[in-house]
Amino acid sequence: MTIRTPPSRTTTPVAPRRSAPDALVVRRGEIAPGRARGAAPLRREGPSKLTGEAKYADDLVFPGAWFGTTIRSTDARARFVAIDLDPAFDWSKVAVVTAADIPGDNIVSLISDDQPVLVPVGGEIQHHAEPLLLLAAADRETLRAARRRVTVRTEKLAPEFDPLASDHVFAHYEIAAGDLDKGFAEADLVLEGTYRVGHQEQLYIENNAMIAVPREDGGLAVHGSLQCPYYIHKALKRSLRLNDSQAQVVQAETGGGFGGKEEYPSIIAIHAALLARKTGKPVRMIYDRHEDLSATTKRHPAIVTHRTGVKLDGTLVAQDIDVVMDGGAYCTLTPVVLSRGAIHAGGPYRCPNVRIRARATRTNTPPNGAFRGFGAPQVEFAAELQIDRLAEDLGLSPLEIRRRNLYQVGDTTPTGQVLRDSVAASEVLERAAEAAEFEGVRARTTASRVRRGGSGIVPTSSHTTGPDRIASGIGIALAWHGAGFTGSGEVKLASVASVELGADGRIRILTGSTEMGQGTKTIFPQLVAEELGVAYDDVEIAPQDTAIVPDSGPTVASRTAMVVGGLLIKAAQRLRAQVEERNNGQDFAAVYRDDAVTHGPTRIDQQFEPYPGVHFDDATYHGDAYPAFGWAACVASVDVDLDSGEVTVRDVVAADDIGKVIHPTLAEGQVEGGTLQAIGYATIEEIKLRDGRYLNDRLATYIIPTSLDAPRITSILVEAPLASAPHGAKGVGELPMDVGAPAVVAAIHDATGAWVHDLPATPERILAAMGATPPTEPPAGLPGRDAAEDVEAAIEAPIDEGTDPRPDAPTDPLPLRGPGPDDSRVDDGWHEK
Amino acid sequence: MSAFHFSVNGDPVEVDAPGMRRLLDVLREDLGLTGTKEGCGEGECGACTVLVDGAAVDSCLVPVCQVEGSEVRTVEGLASAGGAALGPLQQAFLEAGGAQCGICTPGMLMAARAYLDDGGGTDEDAIREAIAGNLCRCTGYTKIIEAIAIAAGGDR
Repeated sequence: MTIRTPPSRTTTPVAPRRSAPDALVVRRGEIAPGRARGAAPLRREGPSKLTGEAKYADDLVFPGAWFGTTIRSTDARARFVAIDLDPAFDWSKVAVVTAADIPGDNIVSLISDDQPVLVPVGGEIQHHAEPLLLLAAADRETLRAARRRVTVRTEKLAPEFDPLASDHVFAHYEIAAGDLDKGFAEADLVLEGTYRVGHQEQLYIENNAMIAVPREDGGLAVHGSLQCPYYIHKALKRSLRLNDSQAQVVQAETGGGFGGKEEYPSIIAIHAALLARKTGKPVRMIYDRHEDLSATTKRHPAIVTHRTGVKLDGTLVAQDIDVVMDGGAYCTLTPVVLSRGAIHAGGPYRCPNVRIRARATRTNTPPNGAFRGFGAPQVEFAAELQIDRLAEDLGLSPLEIRRRNLYQVGDTTPTGQVLRDSVAASEVLERAAEAAEFEGVRARTTASRVRRGGSGIVPTSSHTTGPDRIASGIGIALAWHGAGFTGSGEVKLASVASVELGADGRIRILTGSTEMGQGTKTIFPQLVAEELGVAYDDVEIAPQDTAIVPDSGPTVASRTAMVVGGLLIKAAQRLRAQVEERNNGQDFAAVYRDDAVTHGPTRIDQQFEPYPGVHFDDATYHGDAYPAFGWAACVASVDVDLDSGEVTVRDVVAADDIGKVIHPTLAEGQVEGGTLQAIGYATIEEIKLRDGRYLNDRLATYIIPTSLDAPRITSILVEAPLASAPHGAKGVGELPMDVGAPAVVAAIHDATGAWVHDLPATPERILAAMGATPPTEPPAGLPGRDAAEDVEAAIEAPIDEGTDPRPDAPTDPLPLRGPGPDDSRVDDGWHEK
Repeated sequence: MSAFHFSVNGDPVEVDAPGMRRLLDVLREDLGLTGTKEGCGEGECGACTVLVDGAAVDSCLVPVCQVEGSEVRTVEGLASAGGAALGPLQQAFLEAGGAQCGICTPGMLMAARAYLDDGGGTDEDAIREAIAGNLCRCTGYTKIIEAIAIAAGGDR
């Protein structure tokens, strides 16, 4: 249901205010002043990647290794009755592992203890790709033959696919500020809208892969493609009953992550380790694309409803927002994804009266998990479309309504956070609009749309589809993205990063932060070399092996440059001070090699200390949700074929405030890659489901943008430094993901006059929105149009504590819901990206 | 099993393998050349792109029997000075930032190599067309296109 109150008058535009006077724009190719020495260094591991020498998991050779495979459910929900192994087959050459073979807890350790490593016989299957048993053999042919001789017997149970109807709540939050009723009473116009987004696959080009190798001490080393070595370390210890040193996790070169290798690798590592323990051999668990697409985590589908009150001049006075996310079958990281979604739901706009209610529920689909943006892209798509629709109703330009509401220094967010510094919403918006000539282009596209309107020849459509069938449009979007972990996450993590001057005079960085393409192995030596006053090449970085490096927290949440980079700078400062002090104040670079000979090795372990003045109360959800926010704007130009609904995204201008640019080429690479991932989310990437199973679970059917689909991307890097970080950096990876989709959908509206409320904006949905064809199905099997009442009912439904579905579950399961006064389990350092 | 004879990066090889064994597996497992990657196994992603007699092909779709007598080139053969230095195309990728996670890079380089060897120039649309069969999820293609254009305008 949409309530529209047409405005009776329009207002004159106001001049933009500048909010971060110290913000600096770094032009393409320029070096950030004061940070990089001379030219930014080349990617550290670049040559090995360019020659084929880099070893990804599947490239590693372990003599005598066996091949492992996973037998999965084909039911969305069922009782697991029995496993039948064909007696006519020679099983002596095959290792079979079931839940009964798990020496420790049958739990994939994460936030909630709800996901089993393998469903036990007699247990309940919760999704169609759920692992039931594992096989390994010395060669692939035997393994393939054995797979065919396994029969799994199940009794089907009634599945739940509708996140609104599900009564199993993983987490819920309510954030409130001001007086909502008063706000709506003051409003000149109230607009409602419902927005839906479906699953998105991370689609790293390297599939998930793990190899477990038995060690002589009874321990296990696991080599694989992963983001977070210590997540896996913790999970392995628990399920395999290993101590800290017996469990060893080593990152192989990793071919992309995007959040998809944050939590899922833990279960693969445990599976490989169980088979390795059973066989006494190294076991390779290398997923192919089909298995990776069918079984591993996706971005959470969501339904977001907005009810917004504005004054005639465009000033926001009330926002009432409900968010429902589909968690899939198990909790994974859902509470923290939802938390970020709730905090960002209002968009980067000040509003005195706000209520945000968010809930995530269980469905019998494979668990959803971390993906670049982590709950923010879903809600910011909705918030930006809502703002655009308000602008249209008020007769304001999309740029102007944003100027009037965007956050400035001194504003307060719905959690009560006062934005004290590093606020560059205005800068990114103005830079992007200026570079794309937004208002000028929009004047032309609007004139063209008006000229075309009403002359259509498509039945029920108002659009010409003759020679003039290609319509152009331009759209703009603005977003904020909390830098680092939400709330008290970083404090609980207490990450450590180290810099070591070895006895041999070599300088070495020790961190658990992983390289997956974003540039960790380049910027860390760069930051440390700068601080020590030595050459980039003189600083080495230790391998990401839990036997060698400390737990620097997970490589997620755009936190690596900001948080771990900050720790390394402090460690390097301390190392330099120590060495210079004991060498009569001589420069570190001049004396460190001799110092190592004289004094032996020196290692500085730097532990995270809370950012000064940052306080968040997990119980009340009040306070500084993040030490600062990054700011992103995007202008997209599209062509829409009015006959076919086909969209071509031609040009994108992306402006991102990342605090401090450490390496311009790598930072631009993050913006460009994130922008294209967002365009895929906006236009073509959709998982279709039937009975809880992904239908397009191959790369032939789940499509991502190619070079021909990719627009020209212009990146503008803006610096509004975070004062409490030693280098001012706020992170970059996720920012572009928040703005691409709303900018593209706004541009489609500019071209066609039609609002597409659901992602992706496929040709079918665009034609339906134009009135040319009947309505289409919503994404991810979510309930259809006019779902506002359903969402309201779901949000209002009483919260039953989530219960563990497994029959062997503890009788007193811990609550799975979000933070409450007595619930200290949620947000214990699990997070992000 | 039969013996197949072809050359890889200029060196003659003899491989005993079933004729329908994928060229990708022969390269990676039988010859130990793991620079060529598998991304999908069905010819969609291009990570396994190699050159067969100068043409860019998906080695996951080519049975080894088809390359009998052919010249196969892989990423391992792209370096200059007998493997001691990056070739100009690799150097352009390194400097422009065309490789991020690196998993699509070997296939991307081979598609670019075929484009340059065919006389392809610096035109952006032509470069986009040449790498349209190679998926990259990290870069948005911007810096890959830039790198290929740099190589096309320089030492190639």
